[in-house]
Amino acid sequence: MSVLTTNYLTPTGREEAWRFTPLKRLRGLHDGLAIQSDRETLITKGALPSGVSFVRENLEPLASSDDVIIERVRGAATSVAHLAIAANTELAEPIFLGRSAGALDTAEFSRVRITLGTHAVATVIVENTTDTVLAEDLEIYCAPGSNLKFVTLQEFESKSVYTARHHAVVDKDATFKSITVTVGGDVVRILPTVEFKAPGASADLLGVYFATAGQFFEHRMHVDHAVPHAKSNVNYKGALAGKDAHTVWIGDVLIRAAAEGTDTYELNRNLLLSDGARADSVPNLEIETGEIIGAGHASTTGRFDDEQLFYLMSRGIAMADARRLVVRGFFNEIVSEIGNEEIQTRIMDRIDTELEKAAHHG
Amino acid sequence: MSTLEIRNLQVSVDTDNGTVEILKGVDLTIKSGETHAIMGPNGSGKSTLAYSIAGHPKYTITGGSVTLDGIDVLEMTVDERAKAGLFLAMQYPVEVPGVSVSNFLRTAATALRGEAPKLRTWVGEVKDAMEALNMDPSFATRNVNEGFSGGEKKRHEIMQLELLKPKMAILDETDSGLDVDALRIVSEGVNRAKAANNLGVILITHYTRILRYIQPDFVHVFANGRVVEQGGPELAEKLEANGYADYVSK
Ligand SMILES: Nc1ncnc2c1ncn2[C@@H]1O[C@H](COP(=O)(O)OP(=O)(O)OP(=O)(O)O)[C@@H](O)[C@H]1O
Ligand SMILES: [Mg+2]
Repeated sequence: MSVLTTNYLTPTGREEAWRFTPLKRLRGLHDGLAIQSDRETLITKGALPSGVSFVRENLEPLASSDDVIIERVRGAATSVAHLAIAANTELAEPIFLGRSAGALDTAEFSRVRITLGTHAVATVIVENTTDTVLAEDLEIYCAPGSNLKFVTLQEFESKSVYTARHHAVVDKDATFKSITVTVGGDVVRILPTVEFKAPGASADLLGVYFATAGQFFEHRMHVDHAVPHAKSNVNYKGALAGKDAHTVWIGDVLIRAAAEGTDTYELNRNLLLSDGARADSVPNLEIETGEIIGAGHASTTGRFDDEQLFYLMSRGIAMADARRLVVRGFFNEIVSEIGNEEIQTRIMDRIDTELEKAAHHG
Repeated sequence: MSTLEIRNLQVSVDTDNGTVEILKGVDLTIKSGETHAIMGPNGSGKSTLAYSIAGHPKYTITGGSVTLDGIDVLEMTVDERAKAGLFLAMQYPVEVPGVSVSNFLRTAATALRGEAPKLRTWVGEVKDAMEALNMDPSFATRNVNEGFSGGEKKRHEIMQLELLKPKMAILDETDSGLDVDALRIVSEGVNRAKAANNLGVILITHYTRILRYIQPDFVHVFANGRVVEQGGPELAEKLEANGYADYVSK
């Protein structure tokens, strides 16, 4: 019986949701063969301001999931790391969470919850810097009138495997903005998903990724417009360089029949910096009502613009520096949204380093 | 004292329908301090000449030579040409998203001068250069040419000309799209650069209007990929009156 269940649950790679993912490199996260460790590595950096708590407790999931790995996480995790920001708390400084410990021979199954009370305003920055195998079920609740900027930095070491769902439930007149940065790891697969609870809710899903030789980064959005007058905007930018660098961006936006007055736009741009890299980009807009304000999508994958490089070089700027300027410029639109100079500089420097690595290895 | 020598320059472009020969043997010699106006009908190859000297990858040099003080320019990469002292003010300046004007200018100045300009003097330098071209200081934080109006792009080009101090400049229709005031402001910028650095200028234009501000020493008529006539400033007046009919029919 349990064998049957396992077989039924285990993705084969033929499923729509798994057709791009290199299952063999998931270190057993998808088929149950990963050895579970009891480590709980998510910690807060620095003291928490008043109105903010971070505790491990038992919590029911906010939303159901049809993702096999999330199901496994829910079965395996014994508690939920819960960051709660009380109603009416307005934080001027970001709260830092992070993981800097991990291991590759065992896997961490982690549940995380972020809760914003009504009219709370906060920025939460999650820094992942370790070498690890991690499956994460991260759920966010934005209560009415609250405002969350949620930044996740995937700066994993080179062997890491990270699969996660970042699911936000956005309530009446609440504003959710995520900035997902993926620049490190062997396999990273993130499902940034959003559901709107009531009118007036809005979500901005922004992201950048840079994959070099052999890296696989997948970002699979799902935005569910089930209520009227909610707004969503998706903008992901990626660069790829080096042999077998592979990125996947899926943008599923569903506007249900009840979701009149929806306003949504999604955009994915990829910059192919060398041969042998592959960017898959699949926007997918399903519209069940005509009574909307706007719905659109665009996806582009291209190489360096020769005209831009020529213009810069004609002012004396060497090829390598011109390329760096153009790539930085490409990412700047989104990285600058993080709103933290130190992190922005770090990410841009990392992008420079990736670009240099790519230049040396072709 | 510098000399830019263009000898029998032949250039083609690759198109979907095969290779097209555009420049069919261009000869020109420009010395420091001289201004050479080039006038000619649309499609005659003026921009092709400008881009070829600057090293745009789209163009294939099939014959001839370009030298600056005897040194082969065609062997140089695009940035090396700029470092050698060549500057191209483009007919259609390129937008570079996400790269601020101030970052761009500083990177260019660092490359051309061989060291980063001192921050304190640099800020003033940029401010003065922008003021001289009547550009609002806010342009420094905007992305290169992004959303600039046609005239603003041209002023930005000449601002760079003054700031980067080349030996030889090719101005490709810098006057097109400028209102009367901007034309004067831009012309004054070119004249300042000429006076300050004994700049040699190739000035590509369709109109004699700009030649009243920037006095040419020579006027060349360009048609069908080569220089078909040369003369002094009076030639420009003649062209304005008669058009190019005499030259294109040949
Ligand atoms: N990539 C290309 N494919 C086909 N033809 C080209 C290409 N690039 C240039 N040409 C042709 O070369 C010729 C010369 O173009 P060029 O831009 O040099 O003309 P121009 O003299 O600067 O004209 P204008 O006065 O309109 O600016 C034109 O006929 C143009 O169509
Ligand atoms: Mg032209």
